[in-house]
Amino acid sequence: MTGGPAIPPRQPPPSAGRRWRWRSQATRGLLWQLALVLALSLVAWYLTRNTLENMRTRGIQSGFDFLLQPAGFAIGESIIDFDSGDPYWKAFLIGLGNTLRTAVAGIVLCTLLGTLIGIGQLSRNLLLRSLCKGYVDLFRNIPVLLQLLVLYLLLTEWLPDTTATLQPLLFADSGVFLSKNGLSYPLPVWEAGHLLTLIGFVLGLVLAWRYRQRARRHFEQSGQARAVFWPMLGLVAASSVAGWVLGGMPSGLDIPRTGEMNLAGGGSLTPEFLAITVGLAIYTAAFVAEAVRAGIQAVPHGQVEAAGALGLSRGQALRLVLLPQALRVTIPPLTNQYLNLTKNSSLAVAIGYPDLVSVANTTLNQSGRAVECIVVIMVIYLMLSLATAWLMNWYDSRAAIRER
Amino acid sequence: MNRLKGIGLTAIAAGIWLCSASAHAGKTLDGIKQRGQVICGVNTGLAGFGAADSQGNWAGLDVDICRAIAASVLGDASKVKWVPLNAQQRFTALQSGEIDILSRNTTFTLTRDASLGLNATAVTYYDGQGFMVPKKLKVKSVKQLNNAAVCVQSGTTTEKNLNDYFRANKLKYKPVVFEGFEASFKAFFAGRCQAYTTDASGLASIRNKEAQNPDDFVILPEIISKEPLGPMVRRGDDEWFAIAKWVIYALLEAEEYGVTQANVDQMKTSDNPSVQRILGTAEDSGKLLGLEKDWAYRAIKATGNYGEIFERNVGPKSPLKLPRGLNNLWNKGGLMYAPPVR
Repeated sequence: MTGGPAIPPRQPPPSAGRRWRWRSQATRGLLWQLALVLALSLVAWYLTRNTLENMRTRGIQSGFDFLLQPAGFAIGESIIDFDSGDPYWKAFLIGLGNTLRTAVAGIVLCTLLGTLIGIGQLSRNLLLRSLCKGYVDLFRNIPVLLQLLVLYLLLTEWLPDTTATLQPLLFADSGVFLSKNGLSYPLPVWEAGHLLTLIGFVLGLVLAWRYRQRARRHFEQSGQARAVFWPMLGLVAASSVAGWVLGGMPSGLDIPRTGEMNLAGGGSLTPEFLAITVGLAIYTAAFVAEAVRAGIQAVPHGQVEAAGALGLSRGQALRLVLLPQALRVTIPPLTNQYLNLTKNSSLAVAIGYPDLVSVANTTLNQSGRAVECIVVIMVIYLMLSLATAWLMNWYDSRAAIRER
Repeated sequence: MNRLKGIGLTAIAAGIWLCSASAHAGKTLDGIKQRGQVICGVNTGLAGFGAADSQGNWAGLDVDICRAIAASVLGDASKVKWVPLNAQQRFTALQSGEIDILSRNTTFTLTRDASLGLNATAVTYYDGQGFMVPKKLKVKSVKQLNNAAVCVQSGTTTEKNLNDYFRANKLKYKPVVFEGFEASFKAFFAGRCQAYTTDASGLASIRNKEAQNPDDFVILPEIISKEPLGPMVRRGDDEWFAIAKWVIYALLEAEEYGVTQANVDQMKTSDNPSVQRILGTAEDSGKLLGLEKDWAYRAIKATGNYGEIFERNVGPKSPLKLPRGLNNLWNKGGLMYAPPVR
């Protein structure tokens, strides 16, 4: 070698030069990971084998074949029809549907309520601020199961009997009733004309979306903002009404009326559904409020002052400057709360709402397949939580700062 | 490298050790004698069958059966550890070995006998599923309950019977299913449901103990199912199975031959060979079961015969006021028929 000391290459040449060395950190790291994976799978294998072995020696039958057997029990409420002759897997599906129904409604409610209370905690108005703080302190610190039981028992005690003469809610002839049967409301009777209303509604959505795009382009080109919300709402409403008029204005309503034993006709939300959904929303809203408050307070005060200097009103500063920036800080803790709410919905079993756990409990007892039913519940909740987390992460990445 | 090898070897050794350690069912009787206690799974609170009072003393028909067994096996009826269980927990608790015997108004069915790894011992109460409704509904029969909301506790045979009966009679209903016993009847008394259903004995218990005014509620005449209730034990321990069965049979035989808690000592001198056999003054039947000679005497001395247990807990003089009915002895028009203790 001539011409000075050889300079070692900064990076090892690709593949060919990479030698297998026991002492390299990469190899050791890999080995440790392999050992860990091996140990974990050994433990899992041991637990499974031992469980199966024990169940076999004790004469407990196992396997998932029971899912195809007829369930033989009825379910109080469901999105799709369920007959007791249907198989167990369909019963699980109905339970999942009911869980999703209360989780989605609960998430929407707790977000609305929580955001309002979170903002209220930062209000300049002493009364409003104290009320919101009091709300958070009260509902965050009482066990949620207790809240649900109290809410449900109060609801069933307080609501009028179905056999009594019911007073319609809001105004006479509204067709909306509150009774021990829950909240009953009129449903439109399906007629062919409703199809046009539906088409009009979808058309309205498309038009509204187009309008929003044009408004944005206009803003980016000229810097002039156009009103967006009301025109969009107007477009959807006008288009739906036009479809309805073209469809011959079908107006048949199925109004709830006193039937034998219970109210008949129309649609209804049971007291169990109301209690679990409202109860979970009230509880989770306390945590959402804290997340929103933290998010807003994380935005540097200079931003508000800058907004003020630009001449934005307090409301505008909140809506256009504070909240969009707070959102980025708020989303991760919000995801946690949504996951909590979904998982807490399993408490529904205590107040008689036929959610996934309730159906699984009944199935477990009818079929005797305890381990299998618990596995089904765990897998479904895991998938629900992962789906929620994935959705929120996707939203988080959309809301993140994008450099242009 | 040596360190790695060492860890690898330890892991493999641990793996082998873990895998070879598979549990096997131990002898229940040995376990009981060793710890000096029978662990008995009972209801969380069903007056007349299994319920604790404010001092934590357990009472009820199911509870007395466990007491009788403890007296037989250990010579002391108080050596029982009570484990209150709800409907869903009960079988798992027995399967896993947490309890020795499940005495918790449990119905014997084929599925439970054949697929849960359990053995049904002997029937201690012949029951059937019934319905309770508020009096103001003026309902006289279950057939009038079309479209009714029915409150029910989950984890029982009740849900399926309910469905079968309403289906067979072409009636519609909305089940409102609660995990907890308490929540289920509270919702019914609050008026959420037009009817409450469970075993007829349970209905009597709830109506008399939990309703603010029992007269506001009526139990409908229809009994829609057969519910033979009795204790269950784990499968795979035939000695313990036999002990549980024969203690119950001995309590029934004692009633048949007129042996009571009060006269059991006098009866020891009885000339009747059947009585002598029960009380262990003749042949030693205890040895066959792995118990002392006076095993049945101890049980009767502790709790009285079956008839006395019934009267004390659920009979006409108790708050439940249940008629003897099917639960009378076979020679008095009932179904209680014990194989001979011989």
